[in-house]
Amino acid sequence: MSMEMKNAQNLDPRIIGSALGPTDLGAEDHCITVRDLNLFYGDTQALKGIDMDIARKRVTAFIGPSGCGKSTLLRCFNRMNDLVSSVRLEGKIELDGEDINAPSVRVAQLRQRVGMVFQKPNPFPKSVYENVAYGLRLQGIKSRRTLDDIVEKALRGAALWDEVKDRLHDNALGMSGGQQQRLVIARAIAVEPEVLLLDEPASALDPISTLKIEELIDELKERYTIVIVTHNMQQAARVSDYTAFMYLGKLIEYDATSKIFTNPGEKMTEDYVTGRYG
Amino acid sequence: MDNLNLGQHISRRYNEELEDVRTRVLAMGGLVEQQLQKAMDSLESLDAGIAQQVIDNDLQVNAMEVAIDEECNTILARRQPAASDLRLITAVIKTITDLERIGDEAERIARMAGELVGETRVVKLFTQIRHLGQHARTMLRGALDAFAHLDTEKAVEIWNEDRKIDREYEALLRELMTYMMQDTDSIPCVLKTVFAARAIERIGDRASNICEYVIYLVKGKDVRHTGLLKESLSDED
Repeated sequence: MSMEMKNAQNLDPRIIGSALGPTDLGAEDHCITVRDLNLFYGDTQALKGIDMDIARKRVTAFIGPSGCGKSTLLRCFNRMNDLVSSVRLEGKIELDGEDINAPSVRVAQLRQRVGMVFQKPNPFPKSVYENVAYGLRLQGIKSRRTLDDIVEKALRGAALWDEVKDRLHDNALGMSGGQQQRLVIARAIAVEPEVLLLDEPASALDPISTLKIEELIDELKERYTIVIVTHNMQQAARVSDYTAFMYLGKLIEYDATSKIFTNPGEKMTEDYVTGRYG
Repeated sequence: MDNLNLGQHISRRYNEELEDVRTRVLAMGGLVEQQLQKAMDSLESLDAGIAQQVIDNDLQVNAMEVAIDEECNTILARRQPAASDLRLITAVIKTITDLERIGDEAERIARMAGELVGETRVVKLFTQIRHLGQHARTMLRGALDAFAHLDTEKAVEIWNEDRKIDREYEALLRELMTYMMQDTDSIPCVLKTVFAARAIERIGDRASNICEYVIYLVKGKDVRHTGLLKESLSDED
């Protein structure tokens, strides 16, 4: 090998690949660990032997056709499936090394650590301010000054403050869909969660509001671990660091987003991301 | 061997667009190959008419590059291709750049031929330069075949050929230099022969670039500047 070739190989990957984002899942600090997870709705198995590690302060996207189990898996992370009576779960999910399904875990506390935002914006029929302060009041925070501070911080964090600072006491239902969705995100981050679960957060929004949400996700990952379920493959390609492709309840491939969208390892992933899945 | 499955998309229109781009690259390749052949003919026969044809036809090569580029841009904008489709488009964009440059080199050879018309001194050098030209043409054809059939083995084989062309070119260069030293009056026309030989040698380089794109397209591995082309392939298969 000539000197020139050696130099090309020894270049610092941080210099060459800086725009590609993180690519080594194994080297990440893992926030959530899933081991041999099986989930049944009655007799139907919706998740089959899922093993995965979610990287801390990164964006992980779940993609796959309808019914592949991606939302179900997402909902396992804050035990939303507890609300469905026929659900049975096997295997282990750990948040920071702690089993989230252990009897000692209080679900309300878990959901404070693992916030969730849904497809359809679901603000409470209250003022903008009260929507964000809701979780804080539940925690027993009463000081007006503390509440003011946290509400402002959360609204700023959700890139909404400038748009609503003059109408904090207007009803939230009067806002546009995109604003409502960012309000819901502000409500979720007001209680300082570690993880944000986003289930199709932009699918009901127009393209500009969608881009605002995506931009917001990019800012939020500096402080939170984000897991997003999306049907929009290009959205997954744009916002996520790691992408998991699921099919019929199985995790088919899980790798750096840049790899999944340029050179996936599995034929099924390839067919799905190129639009050959029939 | 078509492991790209261009015909498998849910969108039939998308299938057609990708297939069309591929066909047009091969058509452009065919034209460039023909240009190279004619340029070599013009050099051998010192025929100004053929040389002029090559020069005129280069405009067509350029036009094809622009048209295919535009088609690729449209596909990128409208389809947001991923995985092998994305690699096809990037490989095409790079391949047509090299094809267009090969066209330029053919034009350069033809220009030299045009300037050499009536020269009797350099005739005896033509055997070697013809051989070099044939070698470059075989490489170009091989690279286009590898692209058409997504044949990575062929791509590696052709890629390796470039070293032989380089050696042949160096040998020819030494000979031409001796010639110039022996007969200083011949320098102007021997220099033109050197330029033509240099153009042929560059065609070999560009054909081997195309082989690298074929490997990237099929395997998703960028083997440029690594020197690992052979190894990276053998340890995977």
